[in-house]
Amino acid sequence: MTRGIEIRTSPHLKRVVTVDKIMRTVVLALLPIAAFAVWQFGLSALLLLVTTTGVAVLTEWWFARASGRGNTVADWSAVITGLLLGLTLPPGFPLWMAAVAAFVGIALGKALFGGLGYNVMNPALVGRAFVQAAFPVAITTWTPAFAPGRFTEVIPSTLTAPFMQPIAVDDWIAGLNLDGWSGATPLALQKFEHIETPILDSFTGMIAGSAGETSALLILICGLWLAWQRMLDWRIPVSVMAGAVLMALPFWLLDPSLYPSPWFVLCSGGLMLAAWFMASDMVASPVTAKGVVIYGLFIGALTVIIRLFGGLPEGVMYAILLGNAVGPLISSWTQPRVYGAK
Amino acid sequence: MAEAPQDRATAAASAPLLTQEETLTADTFIRGLWQENPVFVMLLGMCPVLAVTNSTINALGMGLSTTFVLVFSGILISLLRHWIPKQVRIASYIVIIATFVTLVDYAIQAISLELYAALGAFIQLIVVNCIILGRAEAYASKQRVLTTIVNSLGTGIGFTLALLALGTVREILGNGTILGISLFGPDFQPWLIMILPPGGFFVLGAWLLYFNWLRLNRLRRVTTFTGAPADAR
Amino acid sequence: MHVELQTQPTATPVWPMLRTLGVIATLSGLLVVLADQITQPMIAEKQRLLTEQLVFQVIPGAVTKRDFIITADGRLEATASGASGEPIYAAYTAAGQLQAVAIVGSGGGYAGPVQVMFAYDPSCQCIVGSQVLKSNETPGFGDKLDTDPAFRENFRALEARVDTAGTALANPIVTVKHGTKTAPWQIDAITGATISSRAMGKAANQAAQRAAPVIQRDLAKLTQPN
Repeated sequence: MTRGIEIRTSPHLKRVVTVDKIMRTVVLALLPIAAFAVWQFGLSALLLLVTTTGVAVLTEWWFARASGRGNTVADWSAVITGLLLGLTLPPGFPLWMAAVAAFVGIALGKALFGGLGYNVMNPALVGRAFVQAAFPVAITTWTPAFAPGRFTEVIPSTLTAPFMQPIAVDDWIAGLNLDGWSGATPLALQKFEHIETPILDSFTGMIAGSAGETSALLILICGLWLAWQRMLDWRIPVSVMAGAVLMALPFWLLDPSLYPSPWFVLCSGGLMLAAWFMASDMVASPVTAKGVVIYGLFIGALTVIIRLFGGLPEGVMYAILLGNAVGPLISSWTQPRVYGAK
Repeated sequence: MAEAPQDRATAAASAPLLTQEETLTADTFIRGLWQENPVFVMLLGMCPVLAVTNSTINALGMGLSTTFVLVFSGILISLLRHWIPKQVRIASYIVIIATFVTLVDYAIQAISLELYAALGAFIQLIVVNCIILGRAEAYASKQRVLTTIVNSLGTGIGFTLALLALGTVREILGNGTILGISLFGPDFQPWLIMILPPGGFFVLGAWLLYFNWLRLNRLRRVTTFTGAPADAR
Repeated sequence: MHVELQTQPTATPVWPMLRTLGVIATLSGLLVVLADQITQPMIAEKQRLLTEQLVFQVIPGAVTKRDFIITADGRLEATASGASGEPIYAAYTAAGQLQAVAIVGSGGGYAGPVQVMFAYDPSCQCIVGSQVLKSNETPGFGDKLDTDPAFRENFRALEARVDTAGTALANPIVTVKHGTKTAPWQIDAITGATISSRAMGKAANQAAQRAAPVIQRDLAKLTQPN
């Protein structure tokens, strides 16, 4: 071995962006959304977020230790998974189920594939898909936002004993004496009753829904900030939204009384949060510039198809998981030609 | 002492090529239970493993049916082994296996229509279960009747235990019961995914993970004792 | 034997092949026939018990039942007569009074057809009970069809009145959105399990459309003693 001259290929100048710096910035961008969720749904949302984040970090720590990969908690990625998962769950979701979701998300969605950088799918969504299939009733039980006394008492179902059925919330909701509470999210109302919630309400978050998915405006601001910080590829959220609008538009023009308007499609459900913070997952999305646009359009269009014609009111979770699954294929199709090669 | 696992591993590896008639030992039986477990080691017969293990009773019914077919088709094939020309051996085996599957099919209907409805087409599909044809081709067609019975029993019980391993976990989590008896009271929240098809994949994956972990651990111990790497089996 | 196999490939042993396959097929046939002979009565008995149990579950209080067949051309025949068609089961009280008739229908659900047995009471011309026989609906949603108390309420007296011509229902049974039931022939759906509820409605309609007119026309056949 000769020593002395070190020969390396380009690039020779690098911007110092480490994994943990990216992840910390994403966490920072998620904090306002989490804070809004807590303000809106109170103590239960706080406990939910703490549980998912805590269990996600613990699971990550345990798997890293068991597989001898060193301390991977410090890269903050488990914190993001935990936070995102908590934000996509209903605020009154029993904590033990949330813990199951966080464990499955990290263990099945990430650790078993080999940890950060090797996961095929977004871990938070893997966890959520698991509990969606395991506890379909609990995950579609919604509670009203801005309940009086939300900072001093928790929603009864939150503190369900582990492995037991969620405590019924009907009496608790009835005790709140809310006018016009139907227990349905805007998406369910639209799908089953064809009633469209005013756009302004879903834009500013004055509606029922998952803990962190209600305010499209806030998510948009946080996402834009992250894009401006160059911590996410802006092409992904933009093409997801474009895909959703393009798919929803013809149906809406055909029959506005039956099909939702493109605005409603954008602002309702988990689309906004998913577009900005989940579809843009760096590991699970394609790597080429052309690829991410195809990937985004695919997710957006699929979301609308599932919403309109599937059995469930919301489809963005499955759309992204499917998008993640075809991601590597899209990457290999859209490999740019090497300069000078035929 | 430390060489024993290695010997067994070599014997197991060459087992499918055996042309000599095997002498009856404890290993004839245990092999199918453990080292050559059809589900957890050989990954054979995945179709019933995933499809009918959503409750303990279904798993037990399926496992015992398969064992019955395995043992009796083994006996007949072993008895006829000198008379079956090799050109028509597969056809002969399939006819023999199909006969016993039909018998099981009738028997289950006569015993419990409920179980019959739950197992559905998977009883008839035992005909094409590769464990049975595999045993017929690799063992029963070359071995004496007695060793065939013992070996088929071992494989069948190994298959039944594997199905039960999946069935009990899926029933406990997915329904809160075991053999229909409630374990946690009426407030238990069932994990519906466990009795749906994906649950089969999850539980099978978890068991495979556990057995591979066991094997790696044993391997690590053998390596530290002898200082030489042993076969992963 | 081993050596023999290796030297053989030149000649095809036609006779041994035929002989072996013949012996095996004969043996197989014998075994299957034997098993069939032994189990057939047991299976028939099990099936009879199962139907009986189901009928008495749907029509509580009944103590005896008689089987009838609705033939393809719409006649009601006793099963014993050997006619073929859709089976219905008339259930009687201890006093020998016709209590209700069990009829079966099916409707497309979320995951394949849902097959349901209904109790049809000819005197009030309504459906008075239901029991799902077969469904692949998602556990947790689909099984509400049999357990949800509010939904069961629909089948306490669901109208299935035959029209004046006596050929079909005056008002087809339909499933409506939760909370919008206005007429006695409507089924109030379960929230969150709308598709399964609709399947139940379709099954009720199918069963009643087929059986109710025939039962009303040939009521005498059902009520007369054996």
